[in-house]
Amino acid sequence: MAQVSVTVNGKTHTANVEPRLLLVHFLREQLNLTGTHIGCDTSQCGACTVLVDGRSAKSCTIFAVQADGSEITTIEGLARDGRLHPLQEGFWEEHGLQCGYCTPGMIMSAVDLLNEHPSPTEREIRDGIDGNFCRCTGYEHIVNAIQYAANKR
Amino acid sequence: MAASLVLPKLVGQRIKRREDPRLIQGRATYVDDIKVVGMQHLAFVRSDIAHGRILSIDTSAADAMDGVEAVFTGAQIAELLAPMPILTPFPSPDHRAVAVDIVRYVGEPVAVVVTADRYVARDAADAIVVDYEQLPAVVDPEQAMTGTPVVIHADFADNLALPFLPGGTGVAADFTVDDTVVDQAFADAEVVVSQRMVNQRLAPTPIETRGVLAHFEPGKGTMTIWSSTQNPHTLRTFIATMTGLGQDQVRAIAPEVGGAFGAKINIYPEEYVAAALSKRLGLPIKWIEDRSEAFVATTHGRDIIGYVDIAARRDGTVVGLKLRLIADIGAYNMLLTAAIPTLTMQMASATYDIPAIRATLTEVFTNKTPTAAYRGAGRPEATYFVERAMDMLARELEMDPADLRRKNFITPDQFPYTTQMGAVYDSGDYGKALDLALQNAGWADLKKQRDAARAKGRLVGLGLSMYVEVCGVGPSSSFPSGGWEYAQVTIERDGRISATTGASPHGQGNETTFAQMLADQFGVPLEHITIHHGDTGVVKQGIGTFGSRSQAVGGTALHLAGGKVKVKMAKFAAALIEAHEDDLVFEDGMISVKGSPESGKSFADVAKYAYVPVPLPKGLDPGLSEEAFFEPANNTYPFGCHISMLEIDRETGEPTLLRLVAVDDAGHLINPLIVDGQIHGGLAQGIGQAMIEEFRYSEDGQPVTGSFMDYAIPRAADFPRFELDNTVTPTPVNPLGAKGVGEAGTLGSTPCVVAAAVDALSEFGVKHIDMMLRPEKLWRIIHGGQP
Ligand code: FES
Ligand code: FES
Repeated sequence: MAQVSVTVNGKTHTANVEPRLLLVHFLREQLNLTGTHIGCDTSQCGACTVLVDGRSAKSCTIFAVQADGSEITTIEGLARDGRLHPLQEGFWEEHGLQCGYCTPGMIMSAVDLLNEHPSPTEREIRDGIDGNFCRCTGYEHIVNAIQYAANKR
Repeated sequence: MAASLVLPKLVGQRIKRREDPRLIQGRATYVDDIKVVGMQHLAFVRSDIAHGRILSIDTSAADAMDGVEAVFTGAQIAELLAPMPILTPFPSPDHRAVAVDIVRYVGEPVAVVVTADRYVARDAADAIVVDYEQLPAVVDPEQAMTGTPVVIHADFADNLALPFLPGGTGVAADFTVDDTVVDQAFADAEVVVSQRMVNQRLAPTPIETRGVLAHFEPGKGTMTIWSSTQNPHTLRTFIATMTGLGQDQVRAIAPEVGGAFGAKINIYPEEYVAAALSKRLGLPIKWIEDRSEAFVATTHGRDIIGYVDIAARRDGTVVGLKLRLIADIGAYNMLLTAAIPTLTMQMASATYDIPAIRATLTEVFTNKTPTAAYRGAGRPEATYFVERAMDMLARELEMDPADLRRKNFITPDQFPYTTQMGAVYDSGDYGKALDLALQNAGWADLKKQRDAARAKGRLVGLGLSMYVEVCGVGPSSSFPSGGWEYAQVTIERDGRISATTGASPHGQGNETTFAQMLADQFGVPLEHITIHHGDTGVVKQGIGTFGSRSQAVGGTALHLAGGKVKVKMAKFAAALIEAHEDDLVFEDGMISVKGSPESGKSFADVAKYAYVPVPLPKGLDPGLSEEAFFEPANNTYPFGCHISMLEIDRETGEPTLLRLVAVDDAGHLINPLIVDGQIHGGLAQGIGQAMIEEFRYSEDGQPVTGSFMDYAIPRAADFPRFELDNTVTPTPVNPLGAKGVGEAGTLGSTPCVVAAAVDALSEFGVKHIDMMLRPEKLWRIIHGGQP
């Protein structure tokens, strides 16, 4: 067992975990933050994307112990004071989701994308979410959703 | 009384979805998000060989592991579970949820472990040692049909699951075949084009894998089972049967479902095992599929070879079609496996008035994962075979592909039209969809652009495809667990509306579209309506969401249930207002005499009265709740036209899709925003099949595309913006005039993209390219080799 201390959505959690515990399982099983999803076991789908110290990261690719001392934001921590984040708003307005399973990871990736490119071109958006799979939408409405958020900022 | 409220009509509007707030905030509940006290985790040991005899299973290391609750081999599971049920009428070999002595595909379950911890479940499964005698495997269906090197199921000679099913012109009800008319058509033809085509195997890959949580409560003797499924009521039926419980003792719940695409219609071994072991151990048991498991344990789609012969006159009139189908169904029949390729037969006439058709189907066992429905399920395959053949014919006759199609269309005055395959097309105007697509694409100009690009040495091609599909699945003669749908509408005593639907969605947005319908029907705000679904404890009956049926069949059931309750509510309102019920209108939250809104009572007041009816109007019972079953008299047949432009890099063979123009006709639309989303998603999967997706096996039956590293599903950068439009040809089959749209995108896109690639490479004399359009394959054509 190893001790890990992380701040998730502004709240600090300390726990003893197995060294092999993946961050995504720590978030989901121990902190009950089930908004972060799992869609693969080869680090490709991006359903598990969260922000670690402000940068998007696939939480299935990180051991919980590796995140020790970091600040993590999950989808549950994105809305502030009951107000949706512009990306959440964009996904809603532009019908950027169907089954919604990819959506939390997609939104967290897009947060990072917009931090890097505040006014992205369509190409930059499409390339920027390359690590996030969506099987439902064909991506066009997701692109619209990210553009919506970019225009709002 | 607030008479100021004016509610817009919502049906036909682009309303944003009511499902989304929970989904965009990470507050939805998928099956893996559910925990029950005492919950155990289930893991499967799966065969890592394609065909072999189990010699021994050593579970001792697993048994000895800390935290292991139980270990079961296939033989032990067989004592708890009868053979896997199927819903199709053809003979089928014995299939056990967990293999007993022979494994027949990589991924087939061999043993199971139950543990308190998910990681330990995997450890324990990995610690089980299975010793096999390896048997020869066969993965090529045409090889398998020779019965060599191996027969997979002893009673099925030459691996023929379904030896020969004939259909079309001259086939009698007892399946005797008279070839005279078809032979004559081919004898009289001036041109015959023939091609063998492969519609390759695909992995459906919803981003949420499958998962199940079974909770048998010994004290009550009842089972609650949560599963990522498209049809909780079907799940309830089969779980009850397989665990020896009554339907009244099983409650099946489809919580939030993270995509399905047909792959979650089947009721799987893992669901039966979780339920049986929960009952046996008296513990809640959860199983969540890993993605690596999903690639081999969740049914695949397509995998059908078509030998197509199309006969025509020089002027382009098609006089006959032959379609010989060989479907590779994998190692076993699942619930609907055998039925899917029959839909390919059914749709062999496509959008054309073809006077003579012979279609035949043979289904073959191979050592691969079983196939079943995948978005489109049999119809994309039919569309692909016929549309590719039409393209080849156009090329042969040097006709514009659009002109050839138009010449052969079933015309609007011919509907209802019975095809040679026996399908009765409800309504259609194919020429209109074609014209609109040509116009939106700028077809004439596009051809000039292509030619100009070619003149500069670029490899640019155009493709066009029509499609018609069979949707709105029903009546019951067309679906073995029932072709109806169910709904209940309740006006609550506060004037809000609760409705239930058996059409259990997994991304289709029924909570929004169904509420739109009820809002209009009752003249109340959308926010006053809740749509319940996915829980057999709440929704009394249902069939499920597949075959693009939830709007056409489920929506109609809802509309009918709403109509019944509205009639009753009007009687209560008539008593309150002292008016005649036929004179009343439901508008803007009021029920009033038509033309005099000031006479009215609020919707909520009438509802309240119905629950405390003093005095009780004569002939009425209290309460406002009605249900309806709707069974359509026929399927619906949506259609459309897709056009694409594609460029292939001469140096690398890499294809790039430049344009995709789609015109779809699904009849009346409830929410065009949601419809666009459905079409986008379908296009992505259809283009994915054409360009990058293919589930492949090595010769000895090992999957070579068993992860996202090797199986490519489309990413955002793979697509241009889609150019959508629609025509509206309502169906007479249901009062909504809605046909269904969930699968449409996968129909026309695939052949039109392949057609564009063939067109792009026409200078190399190529007439057909089998999917997918791997750059290497295209490069070989460009550089003088074979595809
Ligand atoms: S779960 Fe797929 S990348 Fe993390
Ligand atoms: S919305 Fe279903 S996977 Fe993206």
